[in-house]
Amino acid sequence: MKKLRVAEEANYFDALAEETFFMILDCLDSNPLDKKSFSLVCKSWYAAESRHRRVLKPRRVDLLPTVLSRYPSVSRLDLSLCPRVTDACLATVALSLGSSLRSIDLSKSRSFTQVGLESLVTNCSSLVEIDLSNATELSDAAAATIGRAKNLERLSLTRCKMVTDMGLGCIAVGCPRLRALSLRWCLGVTDLAVGLVAVKCKEIRSLDISYVQVTGQCLQPILQLKNLQDLSLEGCRGIDDESLATIQQKCKSLVTLNLSNSRHVGYLGFSSLSRGAVHLRELILSHCGTVSHSLANSLQKFSRLQSLQLDGCRFSTYGLKVVANSCSSLRELSFSKCLGVTDEDLSLISEKNKDLQKLDITCCREITALSIDNISRSCPSLRSLKMESCSQVSREAFPLIGERCRFLEELDLTDNELDDEGLKAISRCRGLLALRIGLCLNIDDEGLTHIGMHCQNLQEIDLYRSVRISDKGVVAVAQGCPGLQMINLSYCEEITDSSLISLSKCSKMNTVEIRGCPQISSNGLSVIAAGCRQLFKLDVKKCFQINDAGMIPLACLSRNLREINLSYCSVTDMGLLTLASLSYLQNMTIVHVGGLTASGLAAALIACGGLTKVKLNLSFKSLLPKNLLEHMEARGCIVQWRDKPFQMVDPDPIKIWKLPAGVET
Amino acid sequence: MEYRQTLGEDGVRSEQEMAHSGLLPDSHRTDHDRSGGEMKQENHFSPVLLQEGSSIVCDPQAVLNNLSFLEQKIHQVQDAVRSIMSPEEQSTAGGPHELAMKQQLMAADLTSIIIQLISTAGTLLPSLSGGSSMTSSSAGFLCSPSALHGFYTAAAASGGEPTTVEDHQEEKDGEGDGDGYGDGESLLAGTYEVLQLEKEEILAPHTHFCLICGKGFKRDANLRMHMRGHGDEYKTPAALAKPAAGAAGRKEQSSEQAPLRRYSCPFLGCKRNKEHKKFQPLKTLLCVKNHYKRSHCAKSYTCSRCNSKKFSVMADLKTHEKHCGRDKWVCSCGTTFSRKDKLFGHVSLFQGHAPALPFGEVKGAAGPSYPGEASDSVPSGVDLDGGAANVFNGKDLESDADLGLFSPVSFDSFNFGAAGEFPQPVFDAPDGSFSSMFGDYARKGGDSFTSE
Repeated sequence: MKKLRVAEEANYFDALAEETFFMILDCLDSNPLDKKSFSLVCKSWYAAESRHRRVLKPRRVDLLPTVLSRYPSVSRLDLSLCPRVTDACLATVALSLGSSLRSIDLSKSRSFTQVGLESLVTNCSSLVEIDLSNATELSDAAAATIGRAKNLERLSLTRCKMVTDMGLGCIAVGCPRLRALSLRWCLGVTDLAVGLVAVKCKEIRSLDISYVQVTGQCLQPILQLKNLQDLSLEGCRGIDDESLATIQQKCKSLVTLNLSNSRHVGYLGFSSLSRGAVHLRELILSHCGTVSHSLANSLQKFSRLQSLQLDGCRFSTYGLKVVANSCSSLRELSFSKCLGVTDEDLSLISEKNKDLQKLDITCCREITALSIDNISRSCPSLRSLKMESCSQVSREAFPLIGERCRFLEELDLTDNELDDEGLKAISRCRGLLALRIGLCLNIDDEGLTHIGMHCQNLQEIDLYRSVRISDKGVVAVAQGCPGLQMINLSYCEEITDSSLISLSKCSKMNTVEIRGCPQISSNGLSVIAAGCRQLFKLDVKKCFQINDAGMIPLACLSRNLREINLSYCSVTDMGLLTLASLSYLQNMTIVHVGGLTASGLAAALIACGGLTKVKLNLSFKSLLPKNLLEHMEARGCIVQWRDKPFQMVDPDPIKIWKLPAGVET
Repeated sequence: MEYRQTLGEDGVRSEQEMAHSGLLPDSHRTDHDRSGGEMKQENHFSPVLLQEGSSIVCDPQAVLNNLSFLEQKIHQVQDAVRSIMSPEEQSTAGGPHELAMKQQLMAADLTSIIIQLISTAGTLLPSLSGGSSMTSSSAGFLCSPSALHGFYTAAAASGGEPTTVEDHQEEKDGEGDGDGYGDGESLLAGTYEVLQLEKEEILAPHTHFCLICGKGFKRDANLRMHMRGHGDEYKTPAALAKPAAGAAGRKEQSSEQAPLRRYSCPFLGCKRNKEHKKFQPLKTLLCVKNHYKRSHCAKSYTCSRCNSKKFSVMADLKTHEKHCGRDKWVCSCGTTFSRKDKLFGHVSLFQGHAPALPFGEVKGAAGPSYPGEASDSVPSGVDLDGGAANVFNGKDLESDADLGLFSPVSFDSFNFGAAGEFPQPVFDAPDGSFSSMFGDYARKGGDSFTSE
């Protein structure tokens, strides 16, 4: 009766123009569940949502035909969550989307060949972007097929190891509109094809030939590209000063240059590469050995340089001072794991670059509170500061950060002498989004309460092994920061279920790591499962109390769960089988789970169709049927066997990690 | 004899054709025609040895023929010498250069006579079984450069016709002083002197010959190894020693004074010929051989794999066969390349051409065709090696092929039984020894008839 009446009533929404719906839908992009609710209102809303959707990221390919018929105007299809995409799938996609498809991401998919790509290329004439990363089996024939997609502008062939010069040559000739090309780790490609790409594809703006076996020979045509802005030459062992010396071209359009891991490139090579690059904004020289004086000096040429990354480099005496004198307009600077960075250097740099927004001084073990004082005074607009393991910085330094750098959004103080007073000061950075204060042994609930009270925007907090933290602090954070998405409470042994109950109020929570919290039980977990529907990563390793009772709500409610670590839990076959109904579960670690039997495990593995990676005890290898493992492999799932001894209590890593620092002092 | 003469005429005709077609300069004609023709004649008439099994049987009739031919030839040389000596001839001669040319030709004739004599004597030796004193003395002269020099002295001592030869030689030496044939345009280039070998010398497969059995060798060391089989006297360290070692002192001496020696290609009009305006000399004898074969000879070695590539130098064929058919780099226009970088050079040069994958790799995916641009592509199979030869691909090369003497194919057709590594006709001896003769002159320096 009720249904009938509804049907008789006129649908007032018919009066609304489709554009109106679209404008509303445009505002709902942030949360996928909102759109779902929207489409469930009525048929016309459902239809509007179907027509509006442009981007699709399915988690399973078996539903692809129905999904594609519901969303006919999808222009971007992201299949990176589907480990196994067959040629038939691609044919379905090609036929149902046709020329509306502009971009497809196959970066983590396997088991498709050139046949599938062929149907894509033939049917989707407006295809502009293809991501084929990690398709390690892809042959030259597939590359030749890609070479027939004439409108292609963006292509990633990262780790396509089977593609050789011949395949890439076809792409170079067939796709003249290519703007961005990634050939990272294409080990079959040499100078010839890369040079041909540079000759044929004049539109290229971004080129990544990191870890490709090229020499300086192919750089000649590359640097002649008029539009080249982004060039990545990371770890190209064949490129050295000698081969770069002959280059005469000036690439004026260059904006980003990545020379990481190129130990053979020194000042001479760098200067011939960057000749004429007056617009250079970003320079990455990480892990390039010693930064020489001449190289540091030559940075002066780039007046617009904004970002400089020198991670893992060594500096000769005064080398860093020369860098400081050469650069004056830097926004981003990275010195992580550098040797020889001193207070003096950092002070000089921070004085010169007052607009600094991002600074990474991770593991600069020689700097003290003096540096922090200077940096915080000179660079008030700092947005990101990473200073993990700056072990010489005393506790007095941290309040200065909070007082002076009010715009901080990201702060990494892992493994420092931070105390509650410092944390209290830091809570004045109201815009803080991510706070990592793991391994800070001096902080407790008091400091954390301040954070909870003032940093309302906090999205990510890392309290790994900050062992003095207890429920009180966590509850304060959970209540004060409703937008929390990630929390790491691993090895904070005082944490109990009450923390989880408060955290369950954070509805956007997607990552919960509570490894090694023995007081947590299945009750806490059920509350999290009920409250945090967007949870996709859960680590409950060594939460010994968690048993099958916790798995049932998880399986029923956390439909988005993708990654779970259940090692050392008291889960049995039944719990695991319940969990296996989570069809999106991709990554599972089940080591040293006493209640498991081989047959239960086998049933769970078969039931859980979406798995891509499973870590199991080595002892199960002989117990599981061989054809089951073959079946798993065929489905695109990798099984990793672990043979670690059973340890109820982890060896205290704090003692292990602190030792080298103690030796240094 | 009939047979010999017709073949001889053949040879003469080919030379004359060259002369008439303007390929030979006038100065060359008179003497060169004659000597060239006769050298061919020799080539055909001298198979005096027939091998039956392992024993060598001498053909007395052939020896007689050879001797009578030698007689004729010596007369010719005598005439030539007289013509040089006579005053009116000297006045009409075009100058020192032509004189030198004549001297060179005469020297060549004489050398061929000597070799002919030696080989004829050699063929007689085994039949004079018993190892008389004569055997040991004459067999002592190996046909290596130093041994040849020794032969001159010995021949002079024994008197008779060889004496004439020796006189002639000395005469030439006397005249050669001051204006060697390296004069003229070669002096423009500076300090080096130019040698020009005849085509037959260049193409001879062997340069060292056994005086006893007439077998030819490419290397003197191989000859010395061979000589051990003819008796114990060839097994002494002295006999087995490198002959150059004995002349080392002299060689050093001469190398201090002697200018650089360079070679000219006998092919007229070739850039490597000294008559050419932009003459570029060849550095070594090996260069001469390879250049002449590559540029002016028929390409008789065909690759058995692709059946399309042809070569005139065996080593070139071997090099090609190493790569032939293994890596075929194909462009979508159909052009094939043996090297990947060449393919990519081609692809980057032409619009629309793409590398084509091997057929098995692409199932049914036919490469796009480029009708408009097909003409742009380089036609496949064009062999650029023959560059210079293309200019003179006319009769001269054909006549060479007609003669069929110097092609290994014809060598193969002569079956001389189990005569070692390579079947060699004895009649090649006169030609083959030329290079070693010149080598000898080079060592002797001032002593030889060449200019010093």
